[in-house]
Order: sequence, then C-alpha cells, then structure tokens
Amino acid sequence: MAINKTYFQSLSQLANNPKLDLLQEKEFADQLPTEAFLGDEDKLSESSTSRRDFLKFLGFSTAAASLAACETPIQKVIPYVVKPEETIAGIANWYASSFYDGNDFASLLIKNREGRPIFLKSNDLCEYGGINARVQASVLNLYDTSRLKDPMDNGVSSSWSQVDKKIIQGLSANNISGKGVVILSSSIISPSTNSVIKAFVRKYKAKHVVYDAMSVSAMLDANLESYNRRVIPTYLFEKADVVASFAADFLGDWLDSGHGKNFAAKRNPNNGSMSRHYQFESNLSLTGANADYRTPVKASEMGLVLLNLYNLIAKKAGVSLVKVVLSEHRNTLQKMADDLWKSKGKSLVIAGGNNIHIHLLVNAINDLLNNTGKTIDFSIQSNLKTGNDQHIAQLIQDMNDGKIGALIAYNVNPVYNLAQGEEFTRGLGKVDLSISFAEKLDETAAKMNFVCPDHNYLECWNDANPYTGIYALVQPTIHPLFNTRQAQVSLMSWSDLGDDYYSYLKDYWRSNILGVTSWNSALHDGVHKLKTKEKPVKFKTSVANIVAPLANLSGDSIDLVLYSKTGLGSGEFANNPWLQELPDPISKTTWDNYLTISPRFAKDIGLNNEYVSNGALDGDVVDMTIDGVTLRVPILIQPGQAYKTVGLAIGYGRSGSGKAGDGVGVNAFVLAKEFKSILSGVSLTKVEDAVHEFACTQLHHTMMGRDRIVKETTLSEFNKDPRAGNEQMMLETHKGPQEPEKITLWEEHDRDVHWWNLSIDLNSCTGCGACIIACHAENNVPVVGKEEIRKSRDMHWLRIDRYYSSDMTEEVAEEEGISSIDKFLAMEVASTSKSLEVVFQPVMCQHCNHAPCETVCPVAATTHSREGLNHMTYNRCVGTRYCANNCPYKVRRFNWFNYSDNDQFDFYMNEDLGKMVLNPDVTVRSRGVMEKCSMCIQNIQKSKLDAKKERRKLKDGDVDCACATACDTGAMVFGDGLDTSSKVYAQARDPRSYHLLEELNTQPSVWYQTKIRNKA
Amino acid sequence: MHYESPIREPLILDDKSLHDITEDVARPIEGSANKWWWALFLISLLAFLWGAGCMAYTVGNGIGVWGLNKTVGWAWDITNFVWWVGIGHAGTLISAVLLLFRQKWRLSINRSAEAMTIFAVMQAALFPLIHMGRPWLAYFVFPLPNNFGSLWVNFNSPLLWDVFAISTYFTVSLVFWYMGLIPDFAMIRDRAKKTLTKKVYTILSFGWSGRAKHWQRFEELSLVLAGLATPLVLSVHTIVSMDFATSVIPGWHTTIFPPYFVAGAIFSGFAMVQTLLLVMRKVLYMESYITIKHIEYMNIVIMVTGSIVGVAYITELFIAWYSGVEFEQYAFLNRATGPYWWAYWAMMTCNVFSPQFMWSKKLRTSIAFTFFISIVVNIGMWFERFVIIVTSLHRDYLPSSWSMFSPTFVDIGIFVGTIGFFFVLFLLYARTFPVIAQAELKTIVKSSSSQSKKNHHE
Repeated sequence: MAINKTYFQSLSQLANNPKLDLLQEKEFADQLPTEAFLGDEDKLSESSTSRRDFLKFLGFSTAAASLAACETPIQKVIPYVVKPEETIAGIANWYASSFYDGNDFASLLIKNREGRPIFLKSNDLCEYGGINARVQASVLNLYDTSRLKDPMDNGVSSSWSQVDKKIIQGLSANNISGKGVVILSSSIISPSTNSVIKAFVRKYKAKHVVYDAMSVSAMLDANLESYNRRVIPTYLFEKADVVASFAADFLGDWLDSGHGKNFAAKRNPNNGSMSRHYQFESNLSLTGANADYRTPVKASEMGLVLLNLYNLIAKKAGVSLVKVVLSEHRNTLQKMADDLWKSKGKSLVIAGGNNIHIHLLVNAINDLLNNTGKTIDFSIQSNLKTGNDQHIAQLIQDMNDGKIGALIAYNVNPVYNLAQGEEFTRGLGKVDLSISFAEKLDETAAKMNFVCPDHNYLECWNDANPYTGIYALVQPTIHPLFNTRQAQVSLMSWSDLGDDYYSYLKDYWRSNILGVTSWNSALHDGVHKLKTKEKPVKFKTSVANIVAPLANLSGDSIDLVLYSKTGLGSGEFANNPWLQELPDPISKTTWDNYLTISPRFAKDIGLNNEYVSNGALDGDVVDMTIDGVTLRVPILIQPGQAYKTVGLAIGYGRSGSGKAGDGVGVNAFVLAKEFKSILSGVSLTKVEDAVHEFACTQLHHTMMGRDRIVKETTLSEFNKDPRAGNEQMMLETHKGPQEPEKITLWEEHDRDVHWWNLSIDLNSCTGCGACIIACHAENNVPVVGKEEIRKSRDMHWLRIDRYYSSDMTEEVAEEEGISSIDKFLAMEVASTSKSLEVVFQPVMCQHCNHAPCETVCPVAATTHSREGLNHMTYNRCVGTRYCANNCPYKVRRFNWFNYSDNDQFDFYMNEDLGKMVLNPDVTVRSRGVMEKCSMCIQNIQKSKLDAKKERRKLKDGDVDCACATACDTGAMVFGDGLDTSSKVYAQARDPRSYHLLEELNTQPSVWYQTKIRNKA
Repeated sequence: MHYESPIREPLILDDKSLHDITEDVARPIEGSANKWWWALFLISLLAFLWGAGCMAYTVGNGIGVWGLNKTVGWAWDITNFVWWVGIGHAGTLISAVLLLFRQKWRLSINRSAEAMTIFAVMQAALFPLIHMGRPWLAYFVFPLPNNFGSLWVNFNSPLLWDVFAISTYFTVSLVFWYMGLIPDFAMIRDRAKKTLTKKVYTILSFGWSGRAKHWQRFEELSLVLAGLATPLVLSVHTIVSMDFATSVIPGWHTTIFPPYFVAGAIFSGFAMVQTLLLVMRKVLYMESYITIKHIEYMNIVIMVTGSIVGVAYITELFIAWYSGVEFEQYAFLNRATGPYWWAYWAMMTCNVFSPQFMWSKKLRTSIAFTFFISIVVNIGMWFERFVIIVTSLHRDYLPSSWSMFSPTFVDIGIFVGTIGFFFVLFLLYARTFPVIAQAELKTIVKSSSSQSKKNHHE
C-alpha cells in the first residue's frame, strides 16, 4: 500500500510561495550586464567613477584587506562567571602557610595572584625557622611539568579508585601473610600526619621508619647518651658571645635555616659588642666565610683539634685532662679557649658531621663551659630531624631477607640518596607491594608498584610542629593542578578514616592544640604557640671513652668531606632551574658539583683549572675512589680548602628529577656509607685529556687592592672610631681637598616626593643568596642555562660579589719593592695562607642620581625618576648596550636571546604551566632590550596607590623590595630616604655607611655599611 | 696660471698628452674585465654574501650569537665601526683639505680615495645598525615626530651625535664626490658607442656640456664643498671618539681622544688608499698618473700621523700614571701586560714602530714595502680600536665583573663580510667610474707633466 507523502525543501515551498516557482524556473542566474554598461559610451562618460578612481579603490581595498589580515594574535582573557569572593583581578591575596620538606622549616606568607601562588615571604609572627634560597624557590616546584598527573600502577597511569582497590587488597593480603608493612619517611613534623600514620600503623600492624638524607642521627644519639634524650635542642646564637663551630655550617644547612637571623642579631657593632665567631673546617663553607677567625683543618684531624680544645678548657675548669698529641692549631685554640672561658655560659661550641664521638665531646665541652641550658636550650627542642641511621640499615636488611611485605615511601628517595641505594633496590624486588607518595617519578618511585602522587605543599592542608610549643598550619593556595591526592588522604582512605583530611586536621587541632583560640585566628596567623616547660638536662658522658676514636688520625691519606650547597641542599629540588642557576655563594659556580681542592694540594698532585679565551673556567677531571666506589668528577681549585682534604656537594647527579636537574653533576650520596659525611682513604687519578667546562658567574676573585669596594675593619678599630675603615674620601682640587660628591658638573634632580633608598649592611649579609631567588621570582628574571652562564651572560638583577683576600697588598708591595706588574699579578691570586678572608657584597642597580647610563642612551630609554629611581623603559630600548658598558657597577643585563617562549631555553618560561609562576605586574622582557633592577617599582606603585586610597601618606615599612623581604638577617633595608623617621634614613647616616665607587660621584641610592670583623 | 718649478718632479709621467689621459681613464670602462678582476670580484662577493648571511642570522636570533657578555657589551661590532669610519677619512682629507692647500698631487688620487671613503662609511654605518638588539626599531634614534607622546631622542648621548656626524659626513662626501664625477661622466658619455651605455652616462652626467659657465660653477662648488667638508674631517672622528671619551670607563674617559682619533683615522685612511691604489695603478695601467712621488707623499703623511698616534699612546700612559687614579693606572697596565697584551703590542708594533721605517727614502719609495706597511698599519689600527674597546671594558671597576671576550664565527663572518662588501663596491667602481679625475688632472698637464717639463728644457 502506497502512502502519499509530501516532501518539501523549504517552508516557502510548502506554503506554495509563487516567487519560489519563479526562481526555480531560472536555474542559472543572469549574467551581470557589463556589456550593456561598458558598451554605452555616453552612460560611461556620465559616471563619476573614472578608471583612476577604480584603481584607487582597488588599491585601497587591497591595502585595507592586507592590513586587516596583519592582526596581532588575540589571547582571550576569560572573566569569572562566578567570581570567588576574595579574588579581585590585579590585587594580590596573602595567605599564611608553612614550608617543611624534611630539611628546612619556614612559616610563610604566600602571595597569591588570580589564584596562583607566585611569591613567598617569611611570616614575622614565627621567630623560628627561616626562609632560605630553597624555600624561596619552592614556589616554582609547584609548576613543574615533571610532576605526576595521575596515580601510577606499575608504570601506567591509573585512577584513584583502581589504585586504592589494589593497594587495600595488597595490604590486607600482606596483613594475612604475616610479613611486615613499613612506612618509610623522612622526618615528619606534622602532628596530624603522625596521628594518621599511627592509625595506619595500628590497622596494619605496620612499622614507621624515619631517616634523613642529611642525617643528624649521630647528634641525636650523642644527646641520648649525654643527656638521656634523643632530641636536638635549640641553639641560641643570639645569646652567645663566642661561637666556636667545628665544621657546622650553621649559616647554611646545619640543622635549621633560622640560625642566620639569630646569629646576625648578635653581630650588630653599633651595640658596642659583637659575638666572636671561630670556625674550624675543611671545606670553605658559607659559615666559614663569615667567621672572624677561620682555620682550615684536615677533616680527619677535627677530633684531635676538639680534644685539644677540651684539654684547654678542662685545664681552666680544673678537671682531668685527656691524653692527646698537641694540635698544630694550638695558638688559635688557646685564644679561642680563653675567649670561651671568659664567656662561660654565654658561648656556644657546635660541630657538624655525623660522628657520634665528635658530638659527645662537644657536649662535654659545652658542659664544662656551662652552656647547656643557657645557650643550648633543651626545653624547646627542634623536631626537624629525627631520623635514625640504624633503623634504615635494619630495614634494608629486612627487605633483602624478604621480611617486608609492603613498603610505603613518603617524602624519601632512598634509591638516590642512600649509599646503599642498590641494596635498597634489590630489597625492593623482594617486597610484595611497594607504594610511593612521590610528587614525580623520581629514582625510587620509578621502581615502585604504585605511585600515589602527593599534592605540592601549596595545594594542601597540613600542620607542623617544628619546635616544642610551636604549631604551624599549611593551607592550600591553589586548587590541585593535577589528579594528585595528599599522602595523608591516601593513608586515611586505606585505613578507613575517610578522605577528609581537612576536617581531621581541624578536629585534631581543636582537641589537642588550639585550646581557647579559634581555628580561624590560628589559620590567619599561620602559627600558634603553646607555653613550654623548662626541661633541665644533666650531662653524663665520660670523656675518657671517646678519646681513642677521635685521636685516631688518618695519617697521610686524602680525606673527603661531603657538603650541601645553599642552592640544592640534598637534591630534592634539583629540578628547580632557579636553584640550579643560583651561584654557589663561595665558588660562584652554577649548574654543577665538583671536587673542591686546595690550591697547594692541586699543584702538588698536578691538577689544574684554567681560563679559556672567553674567560670561562675549565677544570681537570679525576677518578676518585673510596672504598671501591669510583666517581668521575671535575676538580675546582678552592682557596681556603684544607690541604689534603677534598670536598664534594651532595644533591647533584639526579636521574629522576626532571629536565633541569637530570644529569647535572654527580651523585655524591653513593659515597656516604653509614651516612658519613667525612671519609678517609680517598685516591685521586687524573683522567688524561678530559676537560670539564664550568659555568661561573664570577671569574675574578680578589679586590685587586681596591679596598674601598668592600670596606672592612675590626671591632676594636670601630669602637675607637665609628668611621674606621670608612674614612671620608677627599679629592684634590684647586680649592683644596673636596668630597667627591661636592665636585659636580650636574644639576641636581628634583627630590621632593620620595627618594627610594636601599641600605645593605655588609656586616649582616651572610651571602646566602635568598635575595637572588626572591628577585628571580618577583621580577621574572629568566633562567639562561649553563651554556649561557659560561659565556658570562647570567641575567641576575642582583648578584652577590664574593672576594677573597690576597697575600699581596699595596703595603707588601711597597715594603718588598715589587713592581706594579708583579704586584697586580700577585693580587689576582687569592690568599693561600690560613688567614684567607672572604667578604660578600650584594650588588644590584645602584639607582645613581648622577647616572652614567642615563646620559649615554641615544633614545632616552633609561631615565631618572623624580623619586630617585633609574627607570628602564623596555619598549623604547633599541639595545645599543652603551648603558651597560658605561655602568661602573656592571649591573645591567642584556637580553641576548628571547628567553621566554623559546624552546632553546627549556626551563619554565616556554611552557604554559611554568609561566604560571610569572609575576603579572612585571613585564617579561623580549630579546634585544636591556634590563636591570627596578627596586621593585611595582611594589612601590602598589603601596603608593594603597596609601592614596586610604588618603594618607606612605609610612616606613609600607614598601619593600623583594630582596629586602627575603633577607632574614635584616641586612637589607629599603625605604624612603626623605622620610626622616624611616629606618633607611637612619641607616644612611650611620657612620659605617658609604657609596660604592664614591669617587665617581654617581651618587647612588644604595648604601653599604662597613663590614666589621670581631678580631683583636 | 699655475707656475711650477721645472726641477720639481713631474706628477704625470711618460709624456702623456691630454688625449692619452682621456684614453687611459676611459680604457677600464670601455674595455672588458680580465680574469683577475673576475676572480677578485667573485671572492669579494662570496665574502659579502657570507657576511650578509651572518647579519641575517644575528637579526634572526639575537645578539647572543656574538661573543659578547654582560661585561663586554661592545667588541668587534664597534671595533669594526670605528675602523671603517677611520678608513673613510683619507678621501675627504685628500679632496677637501688638499684642495684648499692647493696640493696638485691630490688630483690623480682624490677620486679613488673619495670612492673608498664612501664605501668605507657604508660599511661603518652597518655596524651601529646591526649591533642594536632591536635593529627594526633603529628609527628611534632619529628625532622624528612620533605618536609615542612627546618622546624625543637624548641629545646628551654621543651615540646620537654619531648618527648626525656620520650621516652628515656621508652626505657631504657623496655630493662632493659626485660633483667631481660629472665632467668625467660626460667624457665617457661622449665617447660611448653603445646606446645603453650612452643613456646611462647621459643621466649620470647631468647634462654637462663643458661650457665656461659650467666650469665656473664647478670650480665654485668645489671650493664651497671643500670648505664644508674640511671641518667634517675633524668632526666625525672627534665625535666617534666621544663615544668613549665622555664615558666613565677607565681607558675610555680620556680627553686626548679627539685629536688622537683624528690622527689615527687619517693614518689608517692613507694606509688603505695605498693598499688600493698600489694595486689599481698596476692593473689599470695608471703608473703614469699615480707615481712614486704620490706614493712617497702619502707615506710621509702616514709617517707623520703614525708618529702623532704614537705620541698619543705614550701621553695616555703618562697621564694614567700622573693622574694617580688607581683604576686608570691599572687599565693601562692591564692593556700592556694583561690577558690582551698581544693585542696591545700588535697595535704598538704596527702603528708606532712600523711607520718609522718611512724616514728612509729608499723604503718609502719602494712599492713592495709600502704595500706591506699599508697592510700592517690597517691591522694595527684595527687592533687599536679592539684594545680601546675590549681591554678597557673587560676589566673596569669591580673585579667581580671582570670577564673576557672571544669572537664567534658570526663576529668574524660579519667583519669579513664588510670587507667583501667594500671590495665588491670598489671593484664595480673601478670598472664603471673614471678612477682618476681626468678633467681636473688635465689642468696640470701644462705645468706638472713630464712633457711640460721637457718642453721647458727645450
């Protein structure tokens, strides 16, 4: 049966529109009537459009069309549909939070722009811990592309539900089979996390093993033996008049990042007194570089030196001496012992390294000096490191014996940072179920069954109890970027505690910590303090037992001291390009570790460093063998290094960190058997024809007799005359001697609103480099990589110059009648004697008020502001580099290439994720323009606007620049030099204040204060 | 009428008549090139193309492809710039200053010397352009009305003075040169047989007919332009020297620079003239016009200016010591004994010692020796600029920033490229332009040619 259907093409057809029929009939359209038009001469001549006009129109439309096609690419800004209550575009929010990575603790304020954390500064409410270069740089780790984006199941991306199911199954099976479940972690200072772990341990009858990559286990054990308490006390540097440090790099990585500011508090010469700091060490550490008296000691002789000190003190205390040979350093030791004894109860003897005997002896000396309980406070203990070396050794044994059924690794990377990494890997093969919480597929995680990637600390809730009575909170400042899950939540969900760690944490705080304080106020402050009780300790070690192992000298063998750099520490942050490019404060070398070797020793065994034609440094390469382990490492000749002791930094040689960190340097952890940092019996063999290329930011190491660059004097001189070492310079003129600033051809700039000044106290500056990283983060300073650094093209707006003293001075040359040529050649060489001294000087744009750069720019791209700033207008700059040539401070940095969006500089500025760390208030410079420190003009502008909105004048402290914010020791003070109440105004009038290269009369806005050494 | 003592050596040898001169000057243009010309031209062209490639590479990637660093912001770029500008000095000096001083021996060399000037200044002008980080914005250095607000150039900057000095110098030199060429182009036009050639030279000769009025205007304009160009000879290099002299860098900040630079420029310019003309007189058979006498005169100029430069070097050293400024003292000591000692001593040997050989008449009239010394002087003058720029910058005030410089293949490529470009232009010039100002030269046939002297004897 047929059905009649009407098909129609359009509604008009359905409606039988007659027009449509008409159109349908004419299938082809009429041709344009050109013939009719062009053929009609009369009509054509009537037309006002001539052929010329036609061509004009044609030309115009072609030009217009092509111009329209040249549109700049559009990047869309998408507005919020529902705006978060607290977020205003362009206005930063600050959140209190905390940082702890197993080494350093810092209470932080986190700057958040449009939902992105971009800058960190320290939270002044917490006096413990401190922000160092690593903490400062940690914000970049959040935007690391090598982070895991999903949980991993045997190397394959998976989902949380799948992974959870399998893990719970595995754990339960394991529970039945009777093998042990172990959580292996670094030290954990979070009470809530510990509570979660405890619950997990209960459920699975698990064990919790703790170890620290940079272990202080020996110190803990020594304290257990001496004081019956396995804890680290707090060291009160701010109360110590004399600090005697034996290879303790307390301004670097010794125990805690907060010692710097406490130490600096006692180093202000304006109080008339300063602490005196003695340092005995083998490598030249940051701490040694800042010491008043530094003595290089062969590493294996440290015990002997300490025993000698013990005897000297014991003699004064009237207790029995130990039998020991005299140390060659007895003169310095005698002086130090006198000083220590004079400051009994107000001194501090500390030691680095992981040798229990050394620490026992140090405890004994401190006990004789009555320091325990005074400058060494056991009532406030540090929880930052609690690891036990024996436990991890036992664990590896158990794993290899097949006693471990499941292993959960939390914030540890044993395959990389254990000397028994291979043994661990072998043991791992015998573990049924292995789980890692690593954020990325690091060396250990890559060998695990499951990786349950943890959040970055900026993405999650957590808490911390770094010191007795100090509780800190960690709060998320960004939504998790990837499909990751906080380790605590993972543990909770495997032990039936739900998956809400936030509530768990809050409940924990409410019931255990907060008391009457509200959660909101604790969260706002980021830190909560509880009263602590005095806990006196009693010393009970017999010194006699420890003499033998300490007096045992390694004889003629070569020693090795493993150390950590301020930049990389133990290497967790190896993939952070800011840190890789942060010059080592001492060697000024980037992107590398190397064997530091004393100049004399290098000469003796025929090792050499040399400069190539573009000034870069090349070094010989050696095969270093210890205990059957051989490493091929380059050597770097290091003034101040002890003879016959070599140094090597840990934290390098990563293979699972990511693109920036992998393959940089060698892994020194493989040598650190039993967590020893001092090893004897090293043999070095030069690798013939091998040359290592170093990338250093400073290639010349002495001041060349130009003593007015870093002015320095001693405390006794200073107390006699506060201008000591900073005598007013006078230039001869026809009117008699004049101050350089008085001789000028220039008209003064108007100076009536503000005058931004930065003051840098060279006495407080330790040279740590946190300011460099802060400047990187705040000002979008690009990372250029090893090759470019090697070409002396670092982009740091702020650098820290480090100068060694030289044995040759003007006076010596005059006395010995040495010719100028020989004098200068000798001056280029850093001192090889034991009296080598080191000074640091942060140098950034000096914002000269008679700026040499401003006059020479042909296009007026660099100009002077009414507020005393030297502006740089990137848009106007054509890149002649004349300004940089004419800058006597050499602080201007040229963009040799495009450093952003350029895959040749594959660090972070070429990726969308990496670019999230950029500060939206600061332009990312294009290639071909000059750039330099702006004194964080974006912060100045912001503070001015804030003040204006509040209808008030700016007050001191409103404005700060990134470097001054990052400076823990308070060496940098920023403010308005016209504001008579400001701190910087007072600093500028300090008798120690001076301008760098004053004789050029550039009239900088940056002040330096003379360095004072507390020497007799 | 110019009278010249018969015992003076003639400036035109071999009894050349007026017609001979015409023939000799027109021959290279009307004849065809030999294989030597082609070989030289090809080599120059390749060098030029290689240099152009290096420049394109620089503009495409950034100045980072050069060997510069944070301490040494200028090196080969500005060295080459000053070197080429210096070379460009001889032409105008010969044509303008010697014209005002009525030195007739200039007549057979001024054309080529000026051509050299123009081509050298062209090379020089390339460097300020490509040394910029963003050369596409080079127009920022001109005081143009703009829509950037009331944004103006910085008249305090010596680099801006350079822009004016070089462009003025180039313009005046070009006009002066071209004006002198007009009667000679007309001569070629009149002899031309091929239509195209005739047409081209007709346009180039601006309708010159040789009327008395034309000659009168020609002479007047010559004098006016010579008057204009003379101060420029002094001003250009004075201003170039101020790039350094007005700065604060020890080794740059020196008041002796203006006269010292001008002397050095004339020194190197004459050396380059020698290099070019010694070859040219041979291959284009111009020995009758560019005589040993000419060469000797130029050698004397080289000797005198070389000695001035030497005195300047020694004065610098003395003042550095006398000033008592430690930075200054070190800068000069470092030049002579520091890591770039070889550049300093290369400069000293080439510029101060080698011209002293010209005291010997035998040596200064030897063509081979002159050629050798002219090359040596040009090498020395390149090193002088390198010494001033690089060794002053690499170790200035704060030793922490001290560094070294080493050129990359791009640095070298661009320098070689400009040499190639220069020779491409000069070789084309030698085949298409009258290389001797024949019209003017003819004015001394009656007074200074060997023929006239002979007539006098009879």
